[in-house]
Amino acid sequence: MAKRPAYSNLCKALEAGHFVFTGELEPKKILQEGVEEVIHSAKEMRKTNRIIAANVTDGPQGDAYMCSMVPSYLVQREAEIEAVWQVAVRDRNRVALFGDILGGAVLGLKNILVLTGDHTALGDNKKARPAYDIDSTQFCELLKKMIDEGTDYAGKEITDGKIEMNYGCVANPNAVGDYMEPEILKVGRKVEQGIDFIQTQTAFDIDIAKNFINELSRYKVPILLGVFPMKSYGIAWYFDNYIPGVSVPKDLLKALKTAEKENKGDKKAKYAALDKVNVEFFKPFIKEIKDNSKASGVHCMAVEYERLFQPLLGEYPEYVKEFY
Amino acid sequence: MIITKQKSVEQIWAMIKDYDKILIAGCDGCCQPPRSINEAKVLGQLLELKAKTEGKELKWKAITVLRQCDDRIAATTCRTQVEGFDAVVSLACGLGVVMMNKVLPDILTFPAQDSHFGGVQNLGENSFIQYCETCGNCLLGVTGGVCPIAGCAKHLSNGPCGGTVDGMCEVGGYTRPCAWIEIYKRLKKFNRLDLFTIYRPARDYRSATSPAYMTINKDYTNIKEEEEEKANG
Repeated sequence: MAKRPAYSNLCKALEAGHFVFTGELEPKKILQEGVEEVIHSAKEMRKTNRIIAANVTDGPQGDAYMCSMVPSYLVQREAEIEAVWQVAVRDRNRVALFGDILGGAVLGLKNILVLTGDHTALGDNKKARPAYDIDSTQFCELLKKMIDEGTDYAGKEITDGKIEMNYGCVANPNAVGDYMEPEILKVGRKVEQGIDFIQTQTAFDIDIAKNFINELSRYKVPILLGVFPMKSYGIAWYFDNYIPGVSVPKDLLKALKTAEKENKGDKKAKYAALDKVNVEFFKPFIKEIKDNSKASGVHCMAVEYERLFQPLLGEYPEYVKEFY
Repeated sequence: MIITKQKSVEQIWAMIKDYDKILIAGCDGCCQPPRSINEAKVLGQLLELKAKTEGKELKWKAITVLRQCDDRIAATTCRTQVEGFDAVVSLACGLGVVMMNKVLPDILTFPAQDSHFGGVQNLGENSFIQYCETCGNCLLGVTGGVCPIAGCAKHLSNGPCGGTVDGMCEVGGYTRPCAWIEIYKRLKKFNRLDLFTIYRPARDYRSATSPAYMTINKDYTNIKEEEEEKANG
């Protein structure tokens, strides 16, 4: 099959060979005011000229949050930064997914990140019945049909033609040892179903990350490695204790704790100290990924941590200007 | 076997409190743990006690049925017994309760149990596990004998998902194995990872949509004979 055109700025930048950055926005249980905050975050990302697109999450941890489609649209309209519209198969069957994607296409959304979605048993409405009509690989096939053939999953044609979008999937670098091979092979099935990019879960161990990227690179699909700068010790502690399979390095945890402790009462100094810790850890981390791995970019999941963008990414070229 | 759990005496009492004479029907069929004549008698005693605490008198009789889900067996066993009772309490699974309501159309049959799943007994861990969801679309031939429909919380055809950590599933607090890691291990052991890497398209849920009906081959039933008789006058 001929290679799919790059419809989105993200894929155009990847095609042009730039080392790209994407950010992350998390609409929660919000209305207008909350959405304004999301848009504000997106504007800060856009200002960097280094973050090409912003992921908009879809009910992370299985929580009942605002849909991801509307904030994705608003972010594109108000902040002029492309959205990576995250869509989980947890809450919608193939009929609803198809309908939503058609709607999203009309709203001008260009990137979709396909997710299985954390189970509702983990979320804040535990008694819910999840959908999981199709799985994330089958969702990739649905998108392939919509984009390349202009049909729904059953092969029924879209009256107005094909949709113009690119889509990617997630991979987990924390699947190590015996668990790495099934993870890699699983991504292979999604490659077969036409994904345009891969964004990984967060990684803290440089060697594990590089090894994982090396394994994934066999598929010749652009990989964006996930990193997670933490704006407080509390977030880091929560992440370390409650996000399974991921452990924050002890030194980093300790440094964040010290930064907060030593600057108690002085907000400005505390922020500066926390930022310093993050920059000291993640700046060389990102540089190493850029220089010595086959990754095509970094997905920076620093939600509501806009002030870190400049010190963390300031030295990279302002390639985003070419695309807006 | 059908894995069931008995409702509390309070729950059962709430259903039958308006009746004075009840028939309690155990089932010798496949429900697990067993709910036969002994369990029916115990339930009768408990309900009688419960009635007393509520200031009422409850009369009851315990019987058992070979299989309540078999219409002929249920009908022949119960139709002769049900005379003079106000209600029936069934200790069968949901299938038995529905069938009893069908074969005894003039009396209400109430469930004494919650039916959970079709499962197997894991004696080593003294527990029951759902290994098959009777989905009508068997994948066991390509998954090394491990079912990803019953075994995976998300019913994935192309797993594992990101919710597995060290081979355990996010649902249940990482105490249960991830079916897709099990599948991977089985297929790797038999050098059949070709089956693991293969893409499985979306399932046809018509076979798993309720209510489910299936007409078995007419050649093996008396329907055909009846039709032939009709045709021949």
